[in-house]
Amino acid sequence: MNLSVRVDQVSLEERASALATRSLKKASKVFGLRLAVSMMDLTTLEGKDTDGKVEALCYKAMLPSPRDRTVGHCAAVCVYPNLVSVAKRTLRDSGVLAASVATAFPSGQSPLDVKLHDVRRAVEFGADEIDMVIDRGAMLSGDYAKVFDEIAAVKQACGAAHLKVILETGELGSYDVVRRASDIAMSAGGDFIKTSTGKVQPAATPAVTLLMLHAIADHYRKTGKRVGMKPAGGVRTAKQALQYLVLVKETLGDAWLSPNLFRFGASALLNDVLMQLEKERTGLYPSIDDFSKD
Amino acid sequence: MEVGKAVKRVIDRVSAAEWQPPKGRLPVGKTYKMFVGGAFIRSESGRTFQVSAIADVSLADPATVNVPLGSRKDVRDAVLIAKNAQPAWWGRSAYNRGQILYRLAEVMEARREELTQSLVRGGADKTAQSEVDSAIERTVYYAGFCDKVAALLTTQSPTGGPHFTFSVAEPMGVVGIVAPPQPALLGLVSSVLPVIAGGNTCVAIASESDPRTSVLFCECLATSDLPAGVVNVLTGQAADLGVQLAKHRDVAGIDLWSDSNELRMQVERDGAESVKRVTTHDTMPTERWIDSAVGQGLGWVERFVETKTVWHPVGL
Repeated sequence: MNLSVRVDQVSLEERASALATRSLKKASKVFGLRLAVSMMDLTTLEGKDTDGKVEALCYKAMLPSPRDRTVGHCAAVCVYPNLVSVAKRTLRDSGVLAASVATAFPSGQSPLDVKLHDVRRAVEFGADEIDMVIDRGAMLSGDYAKVFDEIAAVKQACGAAHLKVILETGELGSYDVVRRASDIAMSAGGDFIKTSTGKVQPAATPAVTLLMLHAIADHYRKTGKRVGMKPAGGVRTAKQALQYLVLVKETLGDAWLSPNLFRFGASALLNDVLMQLEKERTGLYPSIDDFSKD
Repeated sequence: MEVGKAVKRVIDRVSAAEWQPPKGRLPVGKTYKMFVGGAFIRSESGRTFQVSAIADVSLADPATVNVPLGSRKDVRDAVLIAKNAQPAWWGRSAYNRGQILYRLAEVMEARREELTQSLVRGGADKTAQSEVDSAIERTVYYAGFCDKVAALLTTQSPTGGPHFTFSVAEPMGVVGIVAPPQPALLGLVSSVLPVIAGGNTCVAIASESDPRTSVLFCECLATSDLPAGVVNVLTGQAADLGVQLAKHRDVAGIDLWSDSNELRMQVERDGAESVKRVTTHDTMPTERWIDSAVGQGLGWVERFVETKTVWHPVGL
């Protein structure tokens, strides 16, 4: 693993914003929006989450658009460990996965044994996917071995569950560090790398996503292993979602345009995508009040 | 447009200061723009259409100018802005809304000459002055109405049981207005003000024949303490934009002034899709608009409020 890859900030941001100007219309827009729905991890990570709220979110994930049942289900529902069993028993065999954050999310400031226990319990509750956070303190102080070992240990604790590694790019300070963290996370066994917890600003940006996609491409060239990508936080509009899909297609190609390898972590995004789909279907601009909030 | 002798005379009269083109520099012409969210913007489409009028004596404003041709997306953006602005507008005290409308009248009074001249240039030479005066008066009228609407439209109904039943008037939300082509100023003022006096926000389509004066009115709005997004004015083709307003589900009501049966039918049909309140009217001559018995009144406010009825048990 080469940890000295440097990132050209100016051209990275330039390329990300150049690709964002591409405009998708009509059939390709509808294709992209439907794909975005199928890639969505509907997320609720609040202290005030209840069984009822998680159930409502699960129903929404299973049937996002009751008026147009040709729109498929979302990829997963992402919750805290305590609510995984609620999600799991609501989702059953719908094809929507139950994802859980773990490892002392969102700060990750707990001893490793607590983090691992957190992961094991979430998997026991039925989580199909685990979203872990890296130790940003260790990352920033240069203790890369610690970061690597923790991810590897968590991967082991996951068992059959897929592991998404949250880098929390908003706390890493520079693109160079994000690139380094991406390489560490992939080498340590992460199935997905994910930008953010959603609790820190800035969260996902097109530039940081493009950078991580490049890291994934390099990793694939070196090892032949396909690692997934998940931007989370800050993706609110259908237009933004399409721009992210353009980044993926241009960087990694069609193989990554699948819920197996690309996800959106979002809560507000789904309704905007559904609004645009409804607009394309009926020709009428819908009102946000026509869509369920949670 | 032909420049008649009478018109020229009126222009000379209203530009009392005998403004001379600046010596030694080029005159600065105005870019006409739409008024959305408190800002003057071009159409997102980048398109414009040409409007002719009598050239300004100063030559700074030529006979033909480009005005933004509002698009479907402009309508959508404006509706969203109006929707977001509505709760805060209704959340202000009624008294404060009245103060703001009165301030609008102050600004219009200060620009009375300019408004009049603009109408004259748009071809309304005979009625221009009385139209502007009437518009200012009407603004004061609705300023006074703001804090009286609730009292006038709230009722307590008799019931058989041990209840009080109140019916109170609440705003509907976003109202779409297609202003009449003539009178360009008074038609817009008379249809917009009662809507916002009732606590709604609005997206109005300016007169297609004289959008210049509408833009001038927007400059009054912009300097009148009116919060951004309460009144949004688009320029363009009324037939096109009116239909887009009718199709948007966030628009709660439509006020359409047009003589086109085709347009009226289509707006009613599209509006029915989302159960909008659609009112359509034939256009009226300016004299009728000026007539306060016709052009203003509580009924104008009442058209775009929703009645909420509350049952309340009688206490001991």
